[in-house]
Order: sequence, then C-alpha cells, then structure tokens
Amino acid sequence: MKNAVGVELPEFIEGYGVVKPFAGAFAGYGQVQKAAVRLESVQPGKTKLLRSIDEAIEKVNLRDGMTISFPSHLRNGDHVINQVMAVIAAKGIKDLHIAATHIFPIHELLVDYIKRGIVTGLSASYISPGAVAKAITKGYLKNPAVLRSHGGRPRAIESGELHIDVAFIGAPTADAYGNINGVQGKAACGTLSYGIADAQYADKVVAITDNLVPYPACPIEISQEYVDYVVTVDSIGDPHGIVSGTLSVTKDPVGLRIASLAAQFIDEAGYIKDGMSFQSGAGGTSLAVTAEVRKRMKEKNVIGSFAAGGVTGFIVDMMNEGLFRSVFDVQCFDLKAIASYRDNPRHQGMSGSLYGNPNTKGALVNNLDIMILGATEIDTEFNVNVITGSDGVIMGGSGGHNDTAAGSKLSVIVTNLIKGRLPIVKSKVTTVATPGETVDVLVTEHGIAINPRRSDLIVKLKDSSLPLVPIEKLKEMAERLTGIPEPIPFSDEIVAVVEYRDGSIIDVVKKPLDTGGCKPRN
Amino acid sequence: MLITKTAQAGSTVKSDVLITVSPSETPGIHLELKSKDVILKQFGKQIEKVIMDKVKELGADNVNIRAEDKGALDYTIRARVQAALERASN
Repeated sequence: MKNAVGVELPEFIEGYGVVKPFAGAFAGYGQVQKAAVRLESVQPGKTKLLRSIDEAIEKVNLRDGMTISFPSHLRNGDHVINQVMAVIAAKGIKDLHIAATHIFPIHELLVDYIKRGIVTGLSASYISPGAVAKAITKGYLKNPAVLRSHGGRPRAIESGELHIDVAFIGAPTADAYGNINGVQGKAACGTLSYGIADAQYADKVVAITDNLVPYPACPIEISQEYVDYVVTVDSIGDPHGIVSGTLSVTKDPVGLRIASLAAQFIDEAGYIKDGMSFQSGAGGTSLAVTAEVRKRMKEKNVIGSFAAGGVTGFIVDMMNEGLFRSVFDVQCFDLKAIASYRDNPRHQGMSGSLYGNPNTKGALVNNLDIMILGATEIDTEFNVNVITGSDGVIMGGSGGHNDTAAGSKLSVIVTNLIKGRLPIVKSKVTTVATPGETVDVLVTEHGIAINPRRSDLIVKLKDSSLPLVPIEKLKEMAERLTGIPEPIPFSDEIVAVVEYRDGSIIDVVKKPLDTGGCKPRN
Repeated sequence: MLITKTAQAGSTVKSDVLITVSPSETPGIHLELKSKDVILKQFGKQIEKVIMDKVKELGADNVNIRAEDKGALDYTIRARVQAALERASN
C-alpha cells in the first residue's frame, strides 16, 4: 500500500508491527486515549537513595526484553547511557529496547551491544551521524529502529504505544527523595523537557545525578512523585557537549544571502508584526535568518509574543532587548540560555508534549507564526528529508521538524541549492520526515519557491522583487550544476521506521545495497 | 603534452578538488579518485569521465592523476586538471 506521500509500505513490518500508513498531516486529530500508569506507591519512611547503578538495576528488576529510556539534553556530552549500559551488559541482561531521545557519537559503544544482542531495538528523535547511525543503516539491529519527532515521542509514550519499563533520567541536580532540576550542578543543561513524559509514564524511574543536594532540590522540574530511586555517579555528562551542532551565525556569503532573502520574504508576507511568534533551528543559516529577522523587528519597532525552540543566547538577547515578551524552551543550547532559563521567569520551559505532541489540547507549535527549518533534501512536492543522507545512511531525525512545520503558520525551509556537489532540491527525497503539505516556502541562494498550496502567499507576493520561481526550476538549476546523481540501490530490508508525529508511518529507511556487513546471527 | 614532473592544482577546501599529476612509467592515464562515499556513489563515474575527457583533450599520456575531491563541480575539476597538467608539462 502507498501512504499519503506516495511511499510504498508493507502491511506489517517484522520487529515493528502493523503498519498504520501516513494519511495526511492532520488526519490523526480527534478523540485520543492516554495510557494508564502502573506504579509502586511509596509510604513514609522509605528511602530512595541507592549506592550504585548496579543496585538500581536490581531494585527495578530489569530483565531481558524490557524497554529502557534515556531522555537527555546533554547531547554529545551525555555520560548516562554509556554508564548504565556498561552495568547492564556486565550483568548479562539482553534483548533490550533503548528508547533514547538523542544518539550522538559519544554513544558509540552501543554498536558493540547491538552486535552482541544486548540491544535489539532502538528508538530516538535524533541520531547524529556516527557509528551507531551507520550500524543501524547496515541492519545490525535485530528490530528496525523507530524514529519519532520531539512531539511524536511523548505522544507514543503517553498513548502507551511506547511503554517504558525503566527510565534512567540524568539529573544535573537531585535530592535523595527524587526531586530533580536541570539548572544547578556541574552538568547543568537547563530545561529537562524531553524527560517529562518518561518520568510520568515509565513503570520505574531512576534519577542519576552527580550533584546530590539537601532536600529539596528547588527549583524542581521533575518531582519526587514520579521518581522511584536516586543514584549518584561521578559525572552524568559534560555540558560542553551540548554545543555539538553548529551554533553560530554563518559567515558563508551564500548562507547570508539565503538568510537575507528569507527575512525579506517573511517581511513581505506580512509576518513581521506585533505579537509575532518565531522559532528557528540552530544551524548556521537558520541563525543568520534570526539575525536578519531581529534587524527587521527593530526597524519596525515590533514586539513579538514569543520565540521558541532549542534556545540559544541569541534568542535570549532578543527577549532581553524587548523584541519578544517571552521564550518557550525545550532545549537550552548554550550557557547563556541555561542561565536565562534559571533566572528569568519569562524564559518558560516546556515539556516535549507541550512543545509538539498532536494528541493534546493544543501543543505550543500551534501558536507559532514563523518557523525556520533546514533540509538535507527537499523534493518538488516540498517533502523534506532530515533523516538520511542522499546515500541512504541515517544522519539525523525529525527532532521538532515535522511538529513545527505542521503547527506554524509559515514554515520556511532555508538551504543551499547545492551542498558541495550534492543537489538538495530533487524530484524525490531519499526519506520523508516532513510532508510537503506542511511546508510553505523554500528559500535558496538561487531563488525562492512558494508551495502552490499557499495561493494566498503567491497572491500577496505577486509584485515582489524577490526571485520567486517554481520549485521545479530550482531542481533543474541544481541538476545543471551537479549533474544528475546515479540512483542509490537499496535492498528490501527495512532498518528504520520513520513515524510521523501522529504515529503513522511516513517512510521507512531501507538498507543501501553496498554498505556491506550483515545482520549478526543469533 | 609531455608530463615531465609532479605538479598540483586546487586545494582540499570544501567544493574544491586537489589534483596531483606525475609522469607514469607505464603507458596510459592512471586515475585515482578519492571523495566521500556519498559523492562517489552518486557522481563517481561522472567525475572520472570529466577528468579523463580533460586529460585526453589536452593530449597528456603516461600520467598518474590523483584527485582528492571535496565536492567540486565539473567546471572546477576541469580547471584544476588543466592547471595541474600544464604545471607538470614544462
């Protein structure tokens, strides 16, 4: 069967289950049911502080075949997954499903656990390019990996589709009774948004901290009512690893031209106005758009409602300059953002669910006006790939991409027309993460393409001096420069399932034929 | 065009290619292409053809060519190949 973005899907995927095909970006709304939570209540007098990770694993009765989760904001600085998994491996527990939020190169030792069958399933919102991404692409995992957006992951947890047996939550600061905050301690990372659903819905919750403080660990973000045990370790992570992406405004003249065109487009489309809300990714070009938007807001004396997202110091500055009344934060990207989140009540944290979960009474993305996003590839239907490279190797994930594209009034993709020799605008993307029906405009250095579905924008900008072109034209320009790429041959083996934010399947990642390697025999 | 010595053109910065040419003891054009997998899989043959066409056009033979590609476009590759060959031929 084919889903609504034309992807051919089987009815059933071994190791995943029955396929619910993507039926359109807004087909999943309506009556929903949340899962019931099983927990062991705690009576007065009981202590939660344990001596070691090993003891915690005994206490929670971790067994073969369970699902364990590792929500983390420490990105490539996270030490929790490695420490916990080393203990689990030593204890001989196997066949585990790891429900992570992010996988980064620092988690490379997972490859060994995957090969040994200790880890047989893995789900995440983002898998950074590296050894784990390659191993998954080669089909080393017994079950296909599952990729969910930042809103889709908590939706899956709250609905019961992703049942977590034990959540291991890295706690920059905790007290002995399980209250946690992210703004104090040597691994302070700011908001703990991604772990809220894990804490609320997992059967067992273990807080792992390197900064145990006297009760209570105010300002509490995840509270004692959700936490079973507390364990101390030497280090939960290195906050410098948070800044593992590109977190500075690009100096590349092409990126700056794209940013300037994007800001002019947003302005001419009428979105730079009082009460506006804004989010942008943390890539160099996206940040450059933010800088251009800031300039235009100042020129027009505009006061915005809020900026959201993964928050950088740049966004904090804009709030402090009076350009936005508040900030909604799902991930602090630098020390300035962490300090602002800690000290400024207008710098509001939000759970992953509040951020992007469609099965709520309104996620924050629904309040977004302008969303600036990147793309690894975009096709002439405006479908966007941020999951795999054009060679089919996993190198990312939706993160908040398809949540924000769906919620925002104006979603703007900013990207170079070609990157090195690779064309970015193509007739078909390798993997769909975000459906074209939720993408409004593509801005490249060679021209701007408005999605024909947005006839209102086409009318509004009909006299614009901006270089507006059909997206097919951009595709031709890209191919004229790079040549037409030879198609990558894929096998039929599904190595990852890409869920849309509503839990339907928007695409699958198949194993490219010449990546070598084979599934280890059990 | 007689290749008499080793010469280079280009660089290993993004979107460029470093071409190294040297005289070969065995007849023919000996091409070694290095690039990222993602490029080789989709454009490897095309890049090889662009290089070979340029070498033949300039009439060079008995030559080793090493191309260290960083995502260069065809016109860049042609220019670097020509510059390297001309530097190596006098």
